[in-house]
Amino acid sequence: MSAEHLKIAVRVTEVQPVNALITRFSLEALDGSDLPVFSGGSHVVVEFGSCMNPYSLMGHPFNTRSYSISVRRDDAGRGGSRYLHEHVKVGDTGLIGHPVNLFSLNLRAHKHLFIAGGIGITPFIAQMAQLSQPGQRATAPFELHYCAQSADLAAYADRLKGLYAGRVQTYFDNENQPLNLVSLLQGQALGTHLYVCGPSGMIAWVRTTAAQLGWPSEFVHFEHFSAPQPGKPFTVELATSGRSIEVSERQSFLEALEAAGVNPPYLCRGGACGQCETRVLACDGVIVHRDHWLSEEEHQSGQKIMPCVSRVNGRSITIER
Amino acid sequence: MSQHVLQFKEETFRDDFVYSNSRWAIDRFPFPFDKDSYMYAVNLEPHTTGRAGSIYEKSFDVDEHYVAEMRERALTLLEDPLRCQSLPHMTLAGWDLLELIMTHKARDYPELFELHRDGLQWRWVNKPLGIEQSFIFGDEATLPYGPMEYITRQSQGDWCVLDQRDANLWMDAGMVTTQADWSLDFDIGMNFFEWHAPVPLAHELGIFQRALKFLLAIPQGAPARRLNWTMTVHPRHDTSPENYPKWGPDRTTVTAENVAELMYLRVELQSFWRLPRSNALVFPIRCYLIQLNELVSHPKWAKRFHRVLRDLPKELAEYKGFERNRALMVQWLSQFDDGALTSPGGGPN
Repeated sequence: MSAEHLKIAVRVTEVQPVNALITRFSLEALDGSDLPVFSGGSHVVVEFGSCMNPYSLMGHPFNTRSYSISVRRDDAGRGGSRYLHEHVKVGDTGLIGHPVNLFSLNLRAHKHLFIAGGIGITPFIAQMAQLSQPGQRATAPFELHYCAQSADLAAYADRLKGLYAGRVQTYFDNENQPLNLVSLLQGQALGTHLYVCGPSGMIAWVRTTAAQLGWPSEFVHFEHFSAPQPGKPFTVELATSGRSIEVSERQSFLEALEAAGVNPPYLCRGGACGQCETRVLACDGVIVHRDHWLSEEEHQSGQKIMPCVSRVNGRSITIER
Repeated sequence: MSQHVLQFKEETFRDDFVYSNSRWAIDRFPFPFDKDSYMYAVNLEPHTTGRAGSIYEKSFDVDEHYVAEMRERALTLLEDPLRCQSLPHMTLAGWDLLELIMTHKARDYPELFELHRDGLQWRWVNKPLGIEQSFIFGDEATLPYGPMEYITRQSQGDWCVLDQRDANLWMDAGMVTTQADWSLDFDIGMNFFEWHAPVPLAHELGIFQRALKFLLAIPQGAPARRLNWTMTVHPRHDTSPENYPKWGPDRTTVTAENVAELMYLRVELQSFWRLPRSNALVFPIRCYLIQLNELVSHPKWAKRFHRVLRDLPKELAEYKGFERNRALMVQWLSQFDDGALTSPGGGPN
């Protein structure tokens, strides 16, 4: 299912620098109507200028007047986050997709244990708001463990500590406060679900540690969007139609397909949802996989690619489209 | 086109079986065969609404059988409350569903339903059933039943509310009183592959893998739908395994003389909706029944249905539970089939 026809025109109503790296944007529907209710952990694909990136919704999930996203500036990327930081002002208009949740709360949990790294805090802000909604019967308790480089870069930490006293613990690298993950995980009661969002290294560390301690994978949830990176140009051969498409340096593989009128379905454009999965028939070069959807074996096999974030280092690739 | 004014009928779905379709209901019947043969397919399409007069005109169709069907549901629940179940983690999805149905019905049928909202203080008016209810959205204590049970006692069709987790769907809540021989009480807590395990042939075709991938990705605001079908003896809604002794023997009463009167084509309009707060998926299964005598009033349907039943693989006829009476139906329908070509699509003309 393509999210194409579900776009909502929005207007920026607030641009709030949070710290040296992060800026928060508030968005309202351009026509003044309500935005859809969503579930904590949802993201939207945000489209300003020529960039389409997924961002977690961090406002209250049941607030239909406005959405909030926090954007971390990525100077090494293709410029999507930089564009938002440098060019988007209050009153500007853009498009968003409908909310999609690839990082849903497991509502059967007896307890929710959240581990955030840096900007990975955003989906948890919405999830904690949802779990604290008054009138919700028998909501399971939660606990947040929030790691950041420094207190200055720990966006929203003070606010969250105020809202959820006793349930938020911070760990700052520059104050030498490591998170003792083994002891944290070993101290959890059965029925606890673990959620991690942050840099790849952190997600891998938490998943590996949990697996080593015997946590079933169904109790460990993670979300990680990649961003497509610039790279050398390459040619795409479409086996079905016999057409040839060029992917330029700063274009993603998916954007090049769309520019040529080929529209694979997507829900995230960040290598997480699996919708744009494409079969590779031949490749003259090496596939640089950046997704979190395909398995290690599938990456090795070279038979599949996620064009939203991955590309080819080489001359050409032939795909089944 | 003039607006059809609904006249709710006095009907029964058990004992004396007082049931019929008006000309209007026959003409809009969702005849499920777009060609002269049938095989499983992932026949999912966007649930787009709008075609005036059709069962697809509104999100949740209300027709002349509405009031009678809701009375039948209440009777079935009185005898067996386990037809409606909701596991504890599904209450939020129940509120999502209540909101979805109330907002759509109030918008689509303003002459029948009203919803007045002031923050969380809601008032719901259901004129056909004579209900007026003020309640606080999110507070179960302010409704006579849980939110899913409350609203599905007022909505035609069965309702399966599926939790989405571990890249699978789980039958964790539902209101199921109109089922084609399956049991919510048996399936509750099962995942997508478990509850489909008894279906023949489709697993080998990879149907369920593809269907699950599609369903998991259904986004908010973009529902999907498909049709399914079987045959039922009498216009009976409650063909449940729990009550098999009450309806199973009906199959032995069909003869060449009464086949056109006793046999009903039963079509399910299944739709799939993402629920916003819970991220669950709701799967309404709306059942439409048409007697063979009514069906053959459209010559194209008569010809095509003859060919479909005649050529259906035996496994499917057995799974759908009508192999025993298939020959009688095919024999009776053959009188309407002159062998002429039929036009493509499921419409009557």
